[in-house]
Amino acid sequence: MSEKVLMKGNEAIAEAAIRAGCRHYFGYPITPQTELAAYMAKRMPKIGGTFLQAESEIAAINMVYGVAGTGKRVMTSSSSPGVSLKQEGISYIAGADLPALIVNVQRGGPGLGGIQPSQSDYFQATKGGGHGDYHLIVLTPAGVQEMADLTALAFDLADKYRMPAMLLADGTTGQMMEPVVLPEEQIHTVEKPWAVTGTGMKRPHNIINSLYLKPEELEEMNFARFRRYAEIEENEVRYESFLMEDADVCVVAFGIAARVSKNAVVAARAEGIKAGLIRPITVWPFPKKALACAADKVKGFVSVELSMGQMIEDVVLATGNRRPVMLCNRAGGMIPTPDGVLDSIRKMNGGAEL
Amino acid sequence: MTTQILIAGFGGQGVLFAGKFLAYKGLLEDRQLSWLPSYGPEMRGGTANCSVILSDDPVGSPIVSKPDVLIAMNLPSLDKYENDVVPGGEIYVDSTLIARKVARTDVKVYYVPSTQLAKDIGAPTLANMVMVGKLLKENAAVSYDNLEAALKKVVSARHQDLMEINLKAINTGYNY
Amino acid sequence: MIVFQKPKSLTDAELHYCPGCTHGIIHRLVAEAIDTFDVEGKTIGVAPVGCSVLAYNYFRCDMVEAAHGRAPAVATGLKRALPENVIFTYQGDGDLASIGMAETVHAATRNENITVIFVNNAIYGMTGGQMAPTSLPGQVTQTSPYGRDVKTAGYPIRMCEMLSALDGPEYIVRVAVNNVKNVRNAKKAIEKAFRNQIENKGFSLVEVVSSCPTNWGMTPQNALKWIDENMLPYYPLGVYKDRSGQEAAK
Repeated sequence: MSEKVLMKGNEAIAEAAIRAGCRHYFGYPITPQTELAAYMAKRMPKIGGTFLQAESEIAAINMVYGVAGTGKRVMTSSSSPGVSLKQEGISYIAGADLPALIVNVQRGGPGLGGIQPSQSDYFQATKGGGHGDYHLIVLTPAGVQEMADLTALAFDLADKYRMPAMLLADGTTGQMMEPVVLPEEQIHTVEKPWAVTGTGMKRPHNIINSLYLKPEELEEMNFARFRRYAEIEENEVRYESFLMEDADVCVVAFGIAARVSKNAVVAARAEGIKAGLIRPITVWPFPKKALACAADKVKGFVSVELSMGQMIEDVVLATGNRRPVMLCNRAGGMIPTPDGVLDSIRKMNGGAEL
Repeated sequence: MTTQILIAGFGGQGVLFAGKFLAYKGLLEDRQLSWLPSYGPEMRGGTANCSVILSDDPVGSPIVSKPDVLIAMNLPSLDKYENDVVPGGEIYVDSTLIARKVARTDVKVYYVPSTQLAKDIGAPTLANMVMVGKLLKENAAVSYDNLEAALKKVVSARHQDLMEINLKAINTGYNY
Repeated sequence: MIVFQKPKSLTDAELHYCPGCTHGIIHRLVAEAIDTFDVEGKTIGVAPVGCSVLAYNYFRCDMVEAAHGRAPAVATGLKRALPENVIFTYQGDGDLASIGMAETVHAATRNENITVIFVNNAIYGMTGGQMAPTSLPGQVTQTSPYGRDVKTAGYPIRMCEMLSALDGPEYIVRVAVNNVKNVRNAKKAIEKAFRNQIENKGFSLVEVVSSCPTNWGMTPQNALKWIDENMLPYYPLGVYKDRSGQEAAK
C-alpha cells in the first residue's frame, strides 16, 4: 500500500488520474483548479504523456474528444465558467458514446461570478448541461482522499459504460490539504473495438460520430443510451449514510456541504435531536431509493447546499413529496456554518409544513 | 480531542506556510487533520488566513469558524476573529504589529513581539515561525516533537539551507 | 489499359454533393495522396460541420466527426494520442475561418503535425448560402442580400496570408480546382501536405479555392469562370510558407 501523504485536493486528482493510466491532459487556466493543471504540466512530460494548455476551454474539450476517440484515457479540468464553455464538447462526447473525465472545481456564479467555493453547477452537471438528452456520471468528493479515489473510479465507470464522467468538486475540496493514500497504479484492460486507431487494413473503418440525420435512427440511439443509463441507475448509485438508523431528521448534502453538515448532525445528537445524514457520492445517478426509504421514517429533510437550492429538487422528487424538505443554503461563494445547519435541523425536528 | 487553529495575517507573512508546518507535523504523528487556505487575490498582499484542524477523530468541516487557537499576525485579523474564539481558547498576538490588547477576558492571551524577535535573529520574514514556536510551548495539542522532520517537509528541497534559520525562529518563540 | 480508377481509400458510397460541386475533386485528391503514401490503414480523418459533414462516409480510413470549427483541436487530440498515425482535417470556410478561427490559428502556431485541407468557396453551402468569412466584397448571399458591405460586415479573411505570418506552421499554400492545370497543382500541394506530416515536419494547410454553383446561382461552368475572374484576384494562388523548402533553398 502507498504511504499516507499530505496533498491538496487538486493535486490528488492529478496524481490519481496518472495512476489510473491517464496520459493526456488538456486545459485552460482558471481559479480555483490551477494546481491540477500545474501538476500535470510538471509530470506528464516526464512519463511520456501529453500536457497541453489549449487556446480555450472549447479547444481543450475537443482535444479530449479526439483522444477519447482513440480509446485512451483522457481528461480536462476547469472551474464553473470554463465548464460552461466545455458544454458543447461534452455533448458531442456523450453523443458519440466516448469515455472521458471532466473535472469541475466549482466557484460561485452566474457569469464571471467569484472564485470562492460553490455547488451551483449541480443542475448543469446532473441534468445534461449541454444540448440533447444525455447524462454524465457525476461523482462528488467530500475530501482529498475521495478526490483521489473517485478520480480512479470515474475513469473506470466512464470506460465501462462508454460515457463521460464528471468529478464535481468545489474550491474548498480543491484547495484543502488532507492526508491521502493514493490509489495503486492501475492497468486497465477494457476492450475498445470502436476506437479509431487506424484500420490497419484489417477491419472496416470506425467512425466516431454523433450525427444521425434519420430521426428514427437518432431516436433509437437515444433509447439505447437511456437503457444503459437505467443500468447505471440500478448498479452505480453510491452514497454514505451517517447516523440514519433511528434518525428523525435527515440532512442531505454532498461535498463540502456534507462535511459541514456532519458537524451539525453530531451537535444535534448532543442536544438530543436524532439527526442523520445521507451524503450522495453520485449525484447522477442520484440515490433515490435511499431517500425514499428514509422518507418512510423521518419527519423531514434538510437539503444543505452552496447554491440557491438545486439538489433540493431531486430530494423532493426522490421522496415523492411525502415529507417536508427544507433548504439550508449559502450562495455566491459563501459556505453554510454548522450552526446554520443545526438551526435548520432544530426547526425541522420541531415540525415543518409539507 | 480536536483542535481548531486559525492563523491570520497579511499575505506574505507566511500564514499558509505556518499552517502547512502544523499540518505536516500532524501527518507525521498520524493524526487526523485538514489544512485549508484562503485563496485568490489575498495571495498578493491582502489578508490571508489558514484553517488547520488536528484531531483524534475524522475531521468534519475543514473550515474553522470557532477557533480553539487564533494566531493574529496583524490588527485586522485580531479585529475580525477575536470574538469567534471559543471561551477558554487561546489567542496569540504579534505585539510588534498590534498595539491594542485583547478585549476578551475568557481566553488565554499570549503577546509575542514576533516581528521584532524575527528581526533580532536576522530572519525578518519568519515572524510566523516565531509564533509557531510559542504555540508549541503553550498549547497542549501540539508538542515540540517531530519538529525537524515536519520542517523538512515544508521547506522546499531547493531551500533546505533555510532549515537552520526556521528552527532558530521556532526556538526563539518557544523560549520567549 | 486503365483510363479511370477510383482511389482505393474512397468508399463506394455515393457522394451527396450538388452537381458541379468541386468537393468531389478534392475528396479524390486527398484519397490519391493517401493511396500514394499507402497510409490508409493508419490514417484518421476529421470531418467538419458544413457541406462535407458526411465526408466520414466517403473515406475508407477511420474517421471522426468534429463539432463546428473544432477539427484542428480534435486532430490535435488524435495526433497527440497516436503520433505514428496520419491525421487530416477536411474543413470549409465557415468551419475553419469563422467559428474555428482560434483552433486553426493555434494548431498552426503549435506546428501541430497534421494536414489541414481547407475548402474555400466563399459561402456557407449546407445551410443554404449565407455570407462566409471569405465571401467577397459586394458578394450577394442570403445574409448579405445587398452584397457584402465591408463597412458593416468587414473584409474577407485571407487565411494563407494570415497564417504565414506565424513562425509555427511548416507549409501554407493556396491552390484551386477550376481547371486541369490548377487541379494538377492542387494534387501536388495536397501530396506535399501529407508527406510533410509523414516526415514529421509539422502543420501543413492547403487552401483549395473552390466553387459552389448552387449557392452562387450559376451553372458549373460559369462558377469555374467566376473563380478565375473574382476569387483568384482576391485570393492569389501560391506557396505562402514552406519552411523546410525555404531552408533547403538557402
